[in-house]
Amino acid sequence: MTTPISSMVLVLIGSVIGSIGAIFLKSGAHAVNRRWTSIAFNWRLAVGIGTYLVSSVLFVKGMSNGELSVLFPLVSLGYVCTLAWSRLFFHEPITKVKLAGVGLILIGITCLGLGGR
Amino acid sequence: MNPAATSSEPHVIDPAKRRLAIFIVLACTLLVAWAQYLIKLGANRLSHAGLMATLIGIFAIPQLFAGYCLYGLFTVMFIYALRNGELSILYPLIALSYVWVTITGVMAFHEGMNPLKLAGLAVIVAGVAVLGLGGGGGGE
Repeated sequence: MTTPISSMVLVLIGSVIGSIGAIFLKSGAHAVNRRWTSIAFNWRLAVGIGTYLVSSVLFVKGMSNGELSVLFPLVSLGYVCTLAWSRLFFHEPITKVKLAGVGLILIGITCLGLGGR
Repeated sequence: MNPAATSSEPHVIDPAKRRLAIFIVLACTLLVAWAQYLIKLGANRLSHAGLMATLIGIFAIPQLFAGYCLYGLFTVMFIYALRNGELSILYPLIALSYVWVTITGVMAFHEGMNPLKLAGLAVIVAGVAVLGLGGGGGGE
């Protein structure tokens, strides 16, 4: 079984879009207070949830054809993007602890995918 | 830590709340695994469907619908956790769901287990532990 380029592109776009969705979820989460309108009219949460839905559809499509050994590492690239977005938008420092943790997760997911051959 | 880095934070996050946020996300990875189990059951019927048919399938196939509802519940919990934690810590923690999903695959779908997969699981758990234990302090 080989992995079509289209599956790789779908999964890659899905993981990047998912990490962008998380930015909107976080900024939206901070705008929530005790009033129901702070949730109902929270456009950031709506955009975040919308991008999650889009990325889920892309994942379902991408994952249905292709090898996990190729597709799993692409999914985990979303975590690396998140480190960059978090620094850019929320001024969260990129520490050695975070790099080590995300690095281990990337290696682990790659091993999982390779083991799934 | 660079003082400018914290200037945009609306308030200083209490360490107990940080730990709770990390715990919530870790616990919710079980929901993700449950959701993926259901979605896997439903997605097998969609391997050659187009994008539109996939969208309709999410509502028409009960397992897919239930799976996405669980994802919805996860998202609500995740948003709650994000209020008190760093995105760069909490988002990668979701990777723990790979561990549950792999265990589910072996138990429910009779997928094979091998040393490489086992090593992968161990390394993911190590990475999650590094983030969860080391990231809660809020510094280097």
